[in-house]
Amino acid sequence: MKGEELTEQETALYDRQIRVWGVDAQRRLSKSHILVSGLRGTAIEFCKNIVLAGVGSVALNDDRPVTEEALSANFLIPSDGETLVGKTVAEVCSESLKDFNPMVRVSVEKGDISSYGADFFGKFDVVVVCCYSLAAKRMVNEKCRKLSKHVAFYTVDCRDSCGEIFVDLQDYAYTKKKFDETTECQLHYPSFEEAISVPWSSLPKRLSKLYFAMRVIERFEDVENRRYGETSSVDLASVLKLRTELCQANSANESQVPDSLLGRLIAGPSEFPPVCAVIGGILGQEVIKAISGKGDPVKNFFFFDAADGKGVIEDISSNA
Amino acid sequence: MLDNQSQVARDAVLKFRPQINARRHVNRLCLAADVPLVESGTTGFLGQVTVHVKAKTECYECQPKPAPKTYPVCTITSTPSKFVHCIVWAKDLLFSKLFGDKNQENDLNVRSGDASSSSERSEDVFVRKLDEDIDQYGRRVYDHVFGYNIEMALSNEETWRNRNRPRPIYIRDVLSAALTQQNGNTENTKTEVDALSVSAMVSLGLKNPQEVWSLVENSRIFLEALKLFFSKREQEVGNLSFDKDDQLAVEFVTAAANIRASSFGIPLHSLFEAKGIAGNIVHAVATTNAIIAGLIVIEAIKVLCNETSNYRMTYCLEHPSRKMLLMPVEPFEPNKNCYVCSETPLLLEINTHRSKLRDIVEKIVKARLGMSLPLVMHGAALLYEVGDDLDEAMVANYSANLDKVLSELPSSVTGGTVLTVEDLQQELSCNINIKHREEFDEEKEPDGMILSGWSQALTTENHKTSPAGNGTSTSSQAVPVEAVVDDELEMLTGGTETLPLGKKRKISDNLNASSISEEMSKRKAEERELDSHVVVLEESMDQGNGKKKRLQ
Repeated sequence: MKGEELTEQETALYDRQIRVWGVDAQRRLSKSHILVSGLRGTAIEFCKNIVLAGVGSVALNDDRPVTEEALSANFLIPSDGETLVGKTVAEVCSESLKDFNPMVRVSVEKGDISSYGADFFGKFDVVVVCCYSLAAKRMVNEKCRKLSKHVAFYTVDCRDSCGEIFVDLQDYAYTKKKFDETTECQLHYPSFEEAISVPWSSLPKRLSKLYFAMRVIERFEDVENRRYGETSSVDLASVLKLRTELCQANSANESQVPDSLLGRLIAGPSEFPPVCAVIGGILGQEVIKAISGKGDPVKNFFFFDAADGKGVIEDISSNA
Repeated sequence: MLDNQSQVARDAVLKFRPQINARRHVNRLCLAADVPLVESGTTGFLGQVTVHVKAKTECYECQPKPAPKTYPVCTITSTPSKFVHCIVWAKDLLFSKLFGDKNQENDLNVRSGDASSSSERSEDVFVRKLDEDIDQYGRRVYDHVFGYNIEMALSNEETWRNRNRPRPIYIRDVLSAALTQQNGNTENTKTEVDALSVSAMVSLGLKNPQEVWSLVENSRIFLEALKLFFSKREQEVGNLSFDKDDQLAVEFVTAAANIRASSFGIPLHSLFEAKGIAGNIVHAVATTNAIIAGLIVIEAIKVLCNETSNYRMTYCLEHPSRKMLLMPVEPFEPNKNCYVCSETPLLLEINTHRSKLRDIVEKIVKARLGMSLPLVMHGAALLYEVGDDLDEAMVANYSANLDKVLSELPSSVTGGTVLTVEDLQQELSCNINIKHREEFDEEKEPDGMILSGWSQALTTENHKTSPAGNGTSTSSQAVPVEAVVDDELEMLTGGTETLPLGKKRKISDNLNASSISEEMSKRKAEERELDSHVVVLEESMDQGNGKKKRLQ
């Protein structure tokens, strides 16, 4: 690997974390290109983490104008509103994000990326979409899968004090170390569509209820043509009705999707910053694992609920 | 629940301080003021958040904390078997001897100086003679510590009966005369302004700190670093102490440790690795810190809302356990044997005819009990105290007491005596029952005393259930866990010091949490061993200055 050594500056800056994941991993990180779309609180936490970790580049995509709502959990947007007029969330965030680590290139991608051709995604090693609609998640995931290059795909959602991460690493090989022994491991991931098509009745009884609740609300927003998070307690009756339909279609028990949980999740678009920190931290960890090829990656869902404090991994695939 | 911006019931202290002593100090102040404490730490991908509320949960010190690692002196001075022993030798003995305070006690020559006439000689060897050429001086030190001292050690046949014999190394065997002269062309390099940027690696054209140097390279670094200290940083020589951020010091220690490692057939290490060992560098990543920071806030909100029943201690794991990466457990009840939050006396076994009061004050009261301004009493008689308002006679009296053997103190301390030690600042007071014991194992009990008591129930149990006695046994009577349900689990065992050892914890299950009923398979030593106890957010934030600024 001549000519690809880390610079002295990099070795010094990343000293502490190189002690955690090694020089090889750091080298791979510094060559990776990451696309993050949908800059809500969780995505922002994630961006901060990978920029500090020292990835090669981060491209930000979010054309929303800066508003009060965007400010609530986004610490990259400075509170002096004056200078922000006419700028998008991505533009403002890219400016602040550069300050965290000048060695990482931060850029902005404009437009609705879910409508872009597959080639666009081929420029990246990792694609993260945050708070995306059901349809857009599917589209971006399928496009990443069309490429001959393996692009790691993640969705991340934060509703009320709950969060969900979905991971698609396709066919993934990695090494893991236990007791000083290094073993080669292989994992096969289903696509987002494949995963959510697994009949609920075939899933283990103890599966996190958040999985079902997230699917119900995602579907609700889809059929009602709502934007992400555009729900409130007024919608509870319709959401519960949809829950009943979905449970019947899946021959699942309605108790798998408690009313109280659905009620919490539709409460509104506001995010809870400490939950964003937790989910954005786990997602950062996962992306670092995927890039470095070290350590067990999550397969293929991760759930966190601040109410019970558990951070759980669930494997939802037809061959699981 | 969490959106509840209710009135602040009381303040809470959120803590991510680096030093264990600072943590203990804050714990005591929180107990004294009855302020809840949210305590946290991370190491690599592991982290934890715990809540400590007086009388409701265990305090930070209810579980004894592992003492910092120490090594027997003779392992360091004569029989190193691991690279860390060579680092300790290079850093604490050789480096201090050459560049530190000359008046400080130093064991560097303890073993080699056994031969009667050599002690005088070895003292001289480290002092640079008037007008002595720096290169000449460096080679003399080199030959003495890596050659002569090893020969001296070899002469003691008894030591090597069951060990590999080390190989003396002399500079002439490693570097040819020509090379030695070439070595150090510092005159040609530009004059350095900043002392901390002086570097032997730069002089010698070695760039990669990840690379393991050969014996020749280590020897050249050794001589060059020594020379640079005496030529570029001469004013500092005599009062330097090792600092991991001092590049030249790290270079010198790396080289010296590697040369010693060569002697003893121990694998050599890179400067990067040596720096980590010598500087006790904490492994830290931004992601774990972010997760833990989020969990701290979640716990703090519960504390502020006084949701006592929802308090959780949460572990952030590297490998999932029961599918969980973030594992909440119910906080423990206070340990009734804890000397900090309960009034249980401690037991100290000590030789009262040989040990001095100073030994108790330094090794027990300050080092083990973490008191900074202690006061020691025997009944009503004050044996020792510190403070600004003491008159000279008292100060003299106390310092005389320090050097007295226990049984000869004005109020004699013998077996059966109960000492009271207090720290008024920490509002902490505890009793120590003294038990006289004649002999101690020099290797295993180098302090010549054994403190026990606040973990007694736990250790007794450990001996029963796990003969290995490594603190990883399954159950404990120290802390009664109420209503132990089938949901209980054994926390990660096997040296993960971020997690309490050998304890059963109830996993939390409330609100809409899915209940978990699978058998918790007993975790073996799956987690990699950690060298340091719970560690710092502060320390690891050093790359994240941007974030700190922003969040403040």
